[in-house]
Amino acid sequence: MAEASDSVRCAGGRAPDVFSTEGWVPMNEYGEDEVDFVIVGTGAGGAPLAAKLAEAGFSVIAMDAGPFWRPLSDFASDEMHQSKLYWTDERIVDGENPIHMGANNSGRSVGGSTVHFAMVSLRFRPEHFKTRTKLGYGVDWPIDWQEMWDYYREVEQELHISGPVRYPWGPKRPRYPLRPHPLNAAAHHLVRGAEGLGIDWTETPLATLSAPVGKAHPCVYRGFCVTGCSTNAKQSALVTWIPRALKAGAEIRDLAMVGKIECNARGRASGVHYHRNGEWHFQKARNVVVAGYAVETPRLLLNSANGDHPEGLANSSGLLGKNLMVQLNQAAWGQAEEEIRSYKAPPSLAITEHWNYCDEGKDYFGGWTYMSQGPLPTKWATSLAGGRKLWGRPLLEEMERANHSVGLKMVGEVLPHEDNRVTLSDETDQHGLRIPRITFSLRDNEKAMIRHALDFMQSSLEASGARDIWKETDDTCHLGGTARMGDDPATSVVNADCRSWDIPNLWVCDGSVFPTVGGVNPSLTIQAIACRTADRIVEMGRKGEL
Amino acid sequence: MTDPYPDYDVLDKRDTPSWNDKTREVVDQRMSLTESSHALDAAQLATLRRLVSRLTPQPEQRAPANTVAIVLQKIDANASDGYRLAGMPQVRECWCKGLDAIREEAIKRHGLPFADLDDETADALLRTIENGETSPEVWTDFSSKQFWTWRILPDVVSAHWSHPSLWSAMGFGGPASPRGYVRLDANRRDGWEAREETDG
Repeated sequence: MAEASDSVRCAGGRAPDVFSTEGWVPMNEYGEDEVDFVIVGTGAGGAPLAAKLAEAGFSVIAMDAGPFWRPLSDFASDEMHQSKLYWTDERIVDGENPIHMGANNSGRSVGGSTVHFAMVSLRFRPEHFKTRTKLGYGVDWPIDWQEMWDYYREVEQELHISGPVRYPWGPKRPRYPLRPHPLNAAAHHLVRGAEGLGIDWTETPLATLSAPVGKAHPCVYRGFCVTGCSTNAKQSALVTWIPRALKAGAEIRDLAMVGKIECNARGRASGVHYHRNGEWHFQKARNVVVAGYAVETPRLLLNSANGDHPEGLANSSGLLGKNLMVQLNQAAWGQAEEEIRSYKAPPSLAITEHWNYCDEGKDYFGGWTYMSQGPLPTKWATSLAGGRKLWGRPLLEEMERANHSVGLKMVGEVLPHEDNRVTLSDETDQHGLRIPRITFSLRDNEKAMIRHALDFMQSSLEASGARDIWKETDDTCHLGGTARMGDDPATSVVNADCRSWDIPNLWVCDGSVFPTVGGVNPSLTIQAIACRTADRIVEMGRKGEL
Repeated sequence: MTDPYPDYDVLDKRDTPSWNDKTREVVDQRMSLTESSHALDAAQLATLRRLVSRLTPQPEQRAPANTVAIVLQKIDANASDGYRLAGMPQVRECWCKGLDAIREEAIKRHGLPFADLDDETADALLRTIENGETSPEVWTDFSSKQFWTWRILPDVVSAHWSHPSLWSAMGFGGPASPRGYVRLDANRRDGWEAREETDG
């Protein structure tokens, strides 16, 4: 069968049926007619928005530069092959701590990076929506946590999150839709370490099924989660929001690379130029939503500069592309006497959010969590080679001890800083579009957090009986910022509804709108923001405010 | 170290429910890659072969991995990872220039191409490259340390451990779809997982 990356699959009134090996579902097609919404990107931001806007009766086309996969027949159990899920177009990285792009922070598929995310589905600590007011650092979100709590619930229900009966931290939350997954040996190390150190732990809320739902089977614990789930247990946008969007009448255009947003003489967005099937096309739209994540979103808006907006669209604040944040992803690793075999089951089955909720004893701002780990062979080998400078026979011998390796990895908050940013390079890509330059440096606050976290995770491993402990000091994950939301057009790019201050029918809906990133994986929050944005758009539509 | 999993071969599972069709297709295709290249000249290829043999030795008593061929596939395709350090060229050009520089550095220091150095001398030179203590006049486009960190290590190491022989040698369960695993606790394994020699 032809690979989905070779030719478009969404055409002729049908789209792939993701629950089959070669089947189809019917799909609405709008041709070149003007539609209510064109959404650029179909990941955690674009997909929920497409589904909910289509269900509300809007005409919606959602475009993605990536292919439309059928996981059951397109996905191999193979790290190298599955790198087809990453965004691998050229990007320049620099700064004191250049970001490694690809696996941990990008996706190029219908469904975006949720197709290969680790499924960790966490809510922000409530105070992390108001860090400036409540905790004295960063910048406040223009949205209250109580409102987010309801949208978190909506997403948790849609994704059938498996999680604990009682969550140890923060305000009361309802029970998760499905029971937690059993812990593997690696997760038990986190548990023993936490209990030894006297802090709470819990089963990680995960977007992979612990019971059958519809046409999807429960997780079979194959452990290749971060290279794409080939059994559809993972509740990616591809198998949840996208089928919902199609059913509600949205059109998906796969392998459609949007290169420029066009504006009319009245200063409003009028549509998008996109490259598909070897040529450029123009799609007219009454609204354009950019949902390409924290690098491609500012890149598109910067590349869409015109006479009225010479510095890029939605950039009157000058903040577009600035305040890029990653999350800290350092780890401590050790050797266990017993066989761990952490390749089995989802990699992060146990978690502690203790240091997201406890502020005492820190010489830095912000929060972090850590989880148990299950790296696959090439990931583990490159971690050892890079982190411990092993090569030759020592690397081979260390790899032969992999089944006894056990580790803990943090997800830590990085503070916004204007010098960490996305700009345009002079180099162009295969479509003639200027490629992004991504500049990032860690600052003292992050370095202090890393020191604390690495020492603490080492203590946990010692408490759980691991030996030969070493620290992986250089890794990052996730992205945020670059088109932040706020209450003031001078200090933000979009408002709380993800609507740009400068162009009323131009919206941004993805992790770029995060003013701060908190100490948890971002996917649940991105989807919650998208759900809220959809509800707000419907409401504004009713009031004639669009 | 002796092989901890002497009676385990991940390829024995190729025709079981642990491997789906797509996995068979991509692993078969990888194992059949040969050491041909239109991107590298003979001297560059010889340098790459020697580099790979020192960096990623073959596991004993296992079928050798075709690591050089796997790396060559990436170089020939100029396959980007989605990022590159400012100032460094794209994959293919970077490898060509870096391999030339390694050869030249060896000739400058030892009067021999890198491919002809004995093991001890080759390893010592690789440590020099790793630490960036090389000749600035040879490494004009990027430093040897950058080449080591951003190209050599990730490209060669990930190629090596994408081969089933290395999965077998480390006791990795290997491909697992549609059949995954049942036993998740410490010291527990399913019948289709590797038995460690010390299991008794």
